[in-house]
Amino acid sequence: MISMNTSVDWARLRTDFPILNQQVHGKPLVYFDNAATSQKPRSVIDALTHYYERDNANVHRGIHELSNRSTTAFEAARTRAARFINARSADEIIFTRGTTEGINLVAAAWGAQNLKPGDVILLTELEHHSNLVPWQMIARRTGAKVAYIPVTGDEGTLDLTRLDALLTSQVKILSLVHISNSMGTVNPVQEICARARSRGIVTLVDGAQSAGHLPVDVQAIGCDFFAFSGHKICGPTGIGVLWGRQEILDAMPPYQGGGEMILSVGYQKTEYKPSPHRFEAGTPDISGPIGLHAAMDYLDAIGREKIWQHDQQLANYAYEQLGALKNIRMFGPKVNRAGLVSFLLKDVHAHDVVTLADQGGVALRGGHHCTQPLMHKLGVESTARASFYFYNTPAEVDVFITVIKEIQKFFAA
Amino acid sequence: MFDDINDLYQQVILDHCKKPRNFHELPQCSCSAQGFNPLCGDNLKLFLTLEGDVIKDAGFVGSGCCISKASASLLTENVKGKTRAEAEQMFERVRELVTTGKTTGDVGKLAVFAGVYKYPARVKCAILSWHALIGALKGQAAPVSTENEQT
Repeated sequence: MISMNTSVDWARLRTDFPILNQQVHGKPLVYFDNAATSQKPRSVIDALTHYYERDNANVHRGIHELSNRSTTAFEAARTRAARFINARSADEIIFTRGTTEGINLVAAAWGAQNLKPGDVILLTELEHHSNLVPWQMIARRTGAKVAYIPVTGDEGTLDLTRLDALLTSQVKILSLVHISNSMGTVNPVQEICARARSRGIVTLVDGAQSAGHLPVDVQAIGCDFFAFSGHKICGPTGIGVLWGRQEILDAMPPYQGGGEMILSVGYQKTEYKPSPHRFEAGTPDISGPIGLHAAMDYLDAIGREKIWQHDQQLANYAYEQLGALKNIRMFGPKVNRAGLVSFLLKDVHAHDVVTLADQGGVALRGGHHCTQPLMHKLGVESTARASFYFYNTPAEVDVFITVIKEIQKFFAA
Repeated sequence: MFDDINDLYQQVILDHCKKPRNFHELPQCSCSAQGFNPLCGDNLKLFLTLEGDVIKDAGFVGSGCCISKASASLLTENVKGKTRAEAEQMFERVRELVTTGKTTGDVGKLAVFAGVYKYPARVKCAILSWHALIGALKGQAAPVSTENEQT
């Protein structure tokens, strides 16, 4: 077994998560589906409860005490989110329902204004459906085309030798994933964004799998947009953040129309608020940012460099042991892998692996992981995936490996 | 470790998933239909040869999880020699079996699917080939799926 960084009391952190202390099918729960969603610490649950028990009121324009409180807490979460990713200003933080909505917002609002027939939207073959479909939709509407940075194979790394050739003068935006949810690849986004920016190409980084796992500095990455989800970083579901560079946001038309996003409305003409409120029509999710605020505080109290090191250690440990098994196909990079492992057992479908693992108390995910084109490219229908977070332990990885060996025996018998 | 799960992966099911019966196309078939669950990737094609009202031969090809493959394999064995009406009746019995664990009437070997109802996420796997059967008998051209409604 491996030993983890002892400067953090990982065992104590684990007790902050009430949900982890339970049995599933008579076995202790081993929750390895963190890339799909993370669990929530007591402090986040308490923040939500406190808001609904004490402060609930609609935000903005309210004069009464509760409205003041909810508005203050809502806007404090925006400031906190700016600090979480080192944005220059809270005005660059737009609350969304999640990464998917953030990308849709950029595709719809920025895309409709800036894309024309013949333009190219450059993506990578690693992308989640959330960073594919919105671009296909806006491409259809505007006549732009979608092109891809290729993936090399089962290792799931990008072939960056092709990048310069792909960054043609037709490319208007490059949108790419920071960490692949199905492969665990960590893309060198800083380098890629720099090469795109030097050609005047706008860049978006999908941070769904990165924001809560490693330190993120959007100014250092050098992108123009960065999107992430609250629920994958210990926050509630239904809340996410889109960060955009101020000057780009200021030039963008609204995404949706309604209350909250206007300065003045007439029957024929409306003046919009500046960013970020221009992009937040209607009563927002208020409890979401408040819960997310508590989650960001929680993660940064641990330190994301330590979380990253911990997740990588678990993933490397799991990868080594799985890779030593017979009749297994491993996916994702051998080095510099994020906190997940993706694999296929010979002659055993991923869904059968997941059903059996569940009986052993181990929550995995099997399927295409919303990366169907990548699965097709690799010639598989699905993979099984174990994804880790800081509350997981090496002992849990051992349980997982034992379960996988038992599954192999079960189907070999 | 997996004692409890034998109600899902019965020996007969494991056997049919590893060695599917009638696992081939029927080039001279009377009708065929595709069963495809795009979310999980289960994809099979079912072929039927009818003489008059009677299913004389059945075969299938495709890929999927253990449950969907075994279900298709056992289906092809079960429906051979049945009339259309009998095959449709069997579909109703299997549907009841995989959703409730019980069924009215004899289902023969298919009784091995009685444990599926305890695994709601897997009902769609067990019933896919049976929906393909109905699709084939009705001459349906579009693939059938069991992902939206469970059964």
